[in-house]
This record gives sequence, C-alpha cells and structure tokens, in this order.
Amino acid sequence: MALLQIDNLRLSIGEAEILKGVSLMLEAGEILGLVGESGSGKSMTSMSVLGLLPPGARLAGAIRLDGEDLLKAGEARLRQLRGADIGFVFQEPMTALNPLTPIGDQVAEAVRLHRKVGRAEALKVAADALARAGLPNDRFPLSRYPHELSGGQRQRVAIAIATALKPKLLIADEPTTALDVTTQAQILDLLKTLAREDGAGLILITHDLAVVAEMADQVAILQAGEVVEAGPTGPLFRNLTHPYARRLAADAVLAKAAPPVTAETPAEVLRVEDVVRTYPGPRPVPWARPQAFTAVDGVSLSVRAGETVGLVGESGSGKSTLLRAVLGLDALQGGRISLVGRPFPPSRRGEARKARRDVQAVFQDPYGSFDPRWRVADLIAEPFHLMTDAPSGEARRARIVAMLERVGLDAAAADRFPHQFSGGQRQRIAIARALITEPKLVVLDEAVSALDVTVRAQILELLAELSRELGVAYLFVTHDLGVVRATCHRVLVMQNGRIVEAGETQAVFADPQHPYTRGLIAATPDLERALAARA
Amino acid sequence: MRPIRRNAALAAGALLSALFVGAALLSFAWTPYDVAGLQVAERLKPPSAAHWMGTDHFGRDVASMILVGARNSLAVALVAAGLGMLVGVPLGLLAAARRGWVDELVMRTNDLVFAFPSLLLTIMITAVAGPGAINAVIAIGVFNIPVFARVARGAALSLWTRDYVLAARVAGKGATAISLQHILPNILALLIVQGTIQFSMGVLAEAALSYVGLGAQPPIPSWGRMLNEAQTMIGFAPWLAIFPGLAVVLTVMGLNLLGDGLRDALDPKLEGRR
Repeated sequence: MALLQIDNLRLSIGEAEILKGVSLMLEAGEILGLVGESGSGKSMTSMSVLGLLPPGARLAGAIRLDGEDLLKAGEARLRQLRGADIGFVFQEPMTALNPLTPIGDQVAEAVRLHRKVGRAEALKVAADALARAGLPNDRFPLSRYPHELSGGQRQRVAIAIATALKPKLLIADEPTTALDVTTQAQILDLLKTLAREDGAGLILITHDLAVVAEMADQVAILQAGEVVEAGPTGPLFRNLTHPYARRLAADAVLAKAAPPVTAETPAEVLRVEDVVRTYPGPRPVPWARPQAFTAVDGVSLSVRAGETVGLVGESGSGKSTLLRAVLGLDALQGGRISLVGRPFPPSRRGEARKARRDVQAVFQDPYGSFDPRWRVADLIAEPFHLMTDAPSGEARRARIVAMLERVGLDAAAADRFPHQFSGGQRQRIAIARALITEPKLVVLDEAVSALDVTVRAQILELLAELSRELGVAYLFVTHDLGVVRATCHRVLVMQNGRIVEAGETQAVFADPQHPYTRGLIAATPDLERALAARA
Repeated sequence: MRPIRRNAALAAGALLSALFVGAALLSFAWTPYDVAGLQVAERLKPPSAAHWMGTDHFGRDVASMILVGARNSLAVALVAAGLGMLVGVPLGLLAAARRGWVDELVMRTNDLVFAFPSLLLTIMITAVAGPGAINAVIAIGVFNIPVFARVARGAALSLWTRDYVLAARVAGKGATAISLQHILPNILALLIVQGTIQFSMGVLAEAALSYVGLGAQPPIPSWGRMLNEAQTMIGFAPWLAIFPGLAVVLTVMGLNLLGDGLRDALDPKLEGRR
C-alpha cells in the first residue's frame, strides 16, 4: 500500500477551479518532486493534504495517508496528524519561526503538542532533532533566538520542527527558494538524508526542474491544476511527451553557450576603480568611534558598450552595495566611478541629472518596484525627470506607447495600474522604465530571480534583443549561475566585498580558478548534469 | 461574517459623525429657540413636546444649546486636528527623508512634548494665555503635532525602503519630490484614520477644557460648560446633565468607530483588490 495516495482530487475556491482531478502516489522512503509554475496548484495540493485550505474551499476526491482518507477525517484528527505524521517545511525561513521564542522551545513545542512529555523531556527530543538537522548543541544552544541565525540555519530549525517526531510524510514547499545556492545544496541534502533515515516519504515542491532532477525518485509536473506528466524521474525526463512539460524543460536549460564577445573593443561605458564602501558598525562603548564594516573592499571593474557583464556572489558578498554605488545612490569611501568617461556622480549638481540619464536600473521584485497608486504611463515616464529635452503632451504619450510596444506590451497598458499585471509583465514595465531615457548602461539587480522559468526565458530573450538593437550594456547582478552562463559575455565573482575571479564566461565556467567559484558552480543545480548522473 | 460586522461599525460611526456635523451646520440656520434669550418663566422644565430636552436654570432650550454647542466642538476639534496634521505630517516626512541629526532633533523634540500630560499642559496654556476658544484650539493642536509626526515618520520610513522609491532616486528625484509624489499619497489613508481619531480626542479635550471653564466663554454654549453647570442641579434636573453627556459620548464614539472602520476599509493589504 502506498504511503500517500491522492485520487482525482478536485479543489475549488469560490468560482475558481484550482485543482482539476489531481492523482499522485508516494511510497514510503521515496521523494516525489512536484513541479509547476506559480498558480499551477502545487502548493494547494500540499495544503489539501494538510487540511489547511482557505475558507470557502471545496474538496472532492480522496487523499489517503496509510489508507486513512484525510478528506473524511475531522479537524481534531487532522490536528493529530499535522506535525506528528505529516511534517511541513515552508519557503520563507525568515517568517516561519516565532521571533520571540528560543529555537529549542519552538522545536519542543511541536513535541509537546503530540506527546505527553514534560518540558525537560521535550527539550531533549528538540536537542536531538536540531543536532540531526545540522545544528549541534554545543555550537547552537537551545537558547538561541531566530534572529541570531542565518537564513540557512533558520531553515534547519524549521526542518528540525518538521522532523522532530519522525513523520511518515514530509512536505517541503519551495524550501530553498529564499536561500543562496551553496546553502540550497546543503538544505536539499539534509532533507534527503533525514527522509532516508526515517524511511519517510518526502514531497518536494519547487519550480526548479534541476533541483527535482537531482533529488526526486518520482516527478509530477502540474499545469493549471492538472498533472500533465508523472513518473519515475530518469525515464520521465528522457521522454517528455506533454508540450507544456517539454517547454518547461527547455526553458529551464538556458543556452549553454555564452554569447560571443565582440571582436573590436568598444568604448567603456562604466569604469569602477578601487571602490570602497564602508558602513558604521556598532560602537563598542557609546563614546567610541563606530567600527567600520567594509561591504565593498577595493573593487575594480569595467563594462564596455553593448556588453553584458555578470556579477555573481551570495547574499552578503557586497554585490548590492556595489550596485548602489554604481547607481550613484551612496557616497564612496574610496575609489572612483566613471560613466561614459566622466566621473560619476558628477561633483557639479547641475550635471548630475544629465549623467544619471545614462545609467538606469531594473530591480528584483516585480511587485515592490512600482508605486501602487501610479498608472503605468506615469511610472514609465518617471525618468523623464532626468531629461532637459523631455517630450511633453502628445510626444510624451507617443514615446511611452512606443516603449511599451518595444517591450511587448500593448498601448492600453499605459492607463492601467501595476497590480493589474503579472510578474513577468511588470518586469517588462520595469525594463521600459529603465530604457526610456536611452541609457548606456542598465543595472539588472536579480531582475529575473522572482520569475517562473518560462517567463524568465522570455525576459532574458527580450533583454538580449534590446541590447542588440539599442546597444545598451548590462551589469547583471545575480546569484543564478545558469542565467549568467546563458547571457553574460564576462563574469565577475564576488566574495566578502572583493572580486575573487573575473573573466570571459565560457572560460570561467570551463576552468574556474578560485575555490569559491568552483563551489558555486558545483552547488548550482543543473538539469543536464543531474540527468547525465542518472543515466 | 467579519466584513459585515466591520461595515456595520463603519456605518454606525459614519451615521453618528454625520449627525454631529449635521447638528453643527443646522445650528447656523435654525435652532428650536434662541439660545441667547433668557426666559425665566420657563426655567428648569423637564423634557416635553415644546422643549424636547427640557430647559436650564435660565429657561434656555437645552436642545438648541446642544445644537450650537456642536458647532463649537466641531470648530475647535477640526482646527486642532488640522493644525496637528499640517505641522506634524511635514515634520514626520522630513525626519524620514533626511534621517541623521534632523530625524533625531524632530523626534526628540516630539518626545519632549509627549512627555507632558497633554490635558494638564493644555489647562496650563489656557490658564496663562487666558481662557477662550482660540487658545483652546492652539493648546489642543500643539499636542496633536507629535502624534501626526510620529505616524507619518513611521509609515514613511517603511516606504523609503521600497524598490519604487529606489527607482525614483535612480530617476534623479530628490527627497522632497519623492516625499510628495510617492510617500505622502501612500500614507494618506493612515493619516486620515489618525485624523479621525485625533478629531474625536479634540472633541473630548474641548469638553474637558470648557468643563473647567477654560474653553469657550459664556454666553457661547458649549457641551463641557453645560455639564459643569448641570452638576449642582443633577438631583432635581438630571436632563441638564444627561443630554450634553450623551452628546459628547455619542460623538466621540461615532468618530472612533468611523476611524476604526476607515482603517479596515483602507487597509493597504486589501488594496490589490481595488
């Protein structure tokens, strides 16, 4: 008998049909990868198993855990199961833990809810669970608070909570999306090990096909509430039949060949020399000078016209600080930045506007980068502020519409509000805003990280096209090596505020010199490599 | 069920507030009797068909005095809340935009004002500057400034970390332009809610000041002084205390319900469904 059997599960919330007959099966000791884009119903499937659906949800079909139909179980029975027989790990380690409770008590709470044990006993179980999750007691005492831990360590606490009672079924919903690649590799490894040790079934929900190919025994691909492809991982990927699954796989494997480097050496648009950025740190005593924290430590780089340069590194490596410096948002503590041969930001105030026009930015979060009260036309036109010869009236409107069409949206978009667009469309709007002043350089800050693979591929295609046509250069800040490999002419690897490796993309990927670069490349999930390993 | 209950609170609040404002406006055009006219023959009459809320010891119609008193409360509370908003909000926006020593200066000065019990100091100010509606307005308004400055600064600070503010900076906009174009419109809902609440507190403060004789001066009727004068007669003429008391309670309750309801209705988390 299968550990978990979902038969023809139908879920509707209000008028919307979320799941249209989903059937899945998971044996004990196996890992099931549940893949799909946002809105495909993968999270709702797992929430149905837990019985944690929003009010007004109607379920039909059957969910059997060890033969027991969960749809017929009452709330009291489901409460017994949740946490004890079914463990759950959420995506966001920053908000999944209670900030006011020490980690030991948070794990112990899960234990005491299900077992009649005293506090001391529960804390002992908690200590074991935390140690198993890679937080040994001597280095991470139970009295630690979540804010004293890094994102990866917090996710380990969440995993300890989920696995403390050795559940039969473990569900992990995008458990590594918010984490760096090397941390992601460690967390995935931990989940796999714990599931194997306990003989539990693991459902791994993710949008990343490469992760699934490395981890899962069984795969189910969801589209719009339906399973379009399911089966054992190896054979399934070798023989994808459904067009959606094929497209998903194709979009996940971005072109391996980096674009060729242009033969002649065009002019430099950006030159960064020995740039230092420090932040005042805590004062040891109130009257002492604050100790400086150096976020960017003597970085030099250059970007030539029409070139795409990737800047990779994990969180805390200083890449966002460097980016703010390049945008002229913060003062430097050392070094120089020049833009199109002129110092940037210019010392004379009047010239600042003119210079800023040449560098624009696209930010990561397609939801946060627009004022929700502004219409798209006004949002896109905001950088006109930088132009002394900004068009007005009819010409302004024509320019906005032309730009919208240029990024693949229609003219009607101009009069709508940002919340009426999807993530991918918003990122197109952000690109339109960045390009409207015809800058020489656009800084892309994790500009495709929040997007589904198919949308990501489309946005990258659009960026490449715009670069070819307008000759704009990109400085692409990202943690996603796959994206760098597919789009960047050159790559810079940043660690602890310094650039530790730089070179042409192909050369760096073929023969990484610095151990940190090697670690990053090894930790990045790679669909083709994973499938090759399976064959 | 919850949205319905919330809407009911909002509707009740809006109704009571509308009654209050309506009464104040009506008093300019019409009152049942002239509040200046003393009719000693009619003194201390209990509520009847001719005098709905009875008459006081000078024979003045209580209902008419409540209507004119509403006008006084409305004017004092409105101007006081407006003064607090007009001065406090720009200060809060400035503190959030500039940070550093400007922030420290503005907020520590705020703390200083906050540190005094406001009603006590209001009484002191009016006692020194002389009793009267104008001085009451200024005294109440001054203590509204730090409230608005704090609310505006807190909300603005969280908006300053948004990517769209970063985008505006990349577009070359300065702190003033960003504060006015991006920050202020996005915290307006919060300020309206706070304004409603400060408005209700203004009504209460005005009543308290008039009660101790430092608000509007005779012969202008005011709810607080009506309560004060009713005090000695409460044993044989309870209507003199009940009606102005009810007026204060219902108005303050109505404005608070309105503020709470507006806060729920304007909740930024629901904004995407606009």
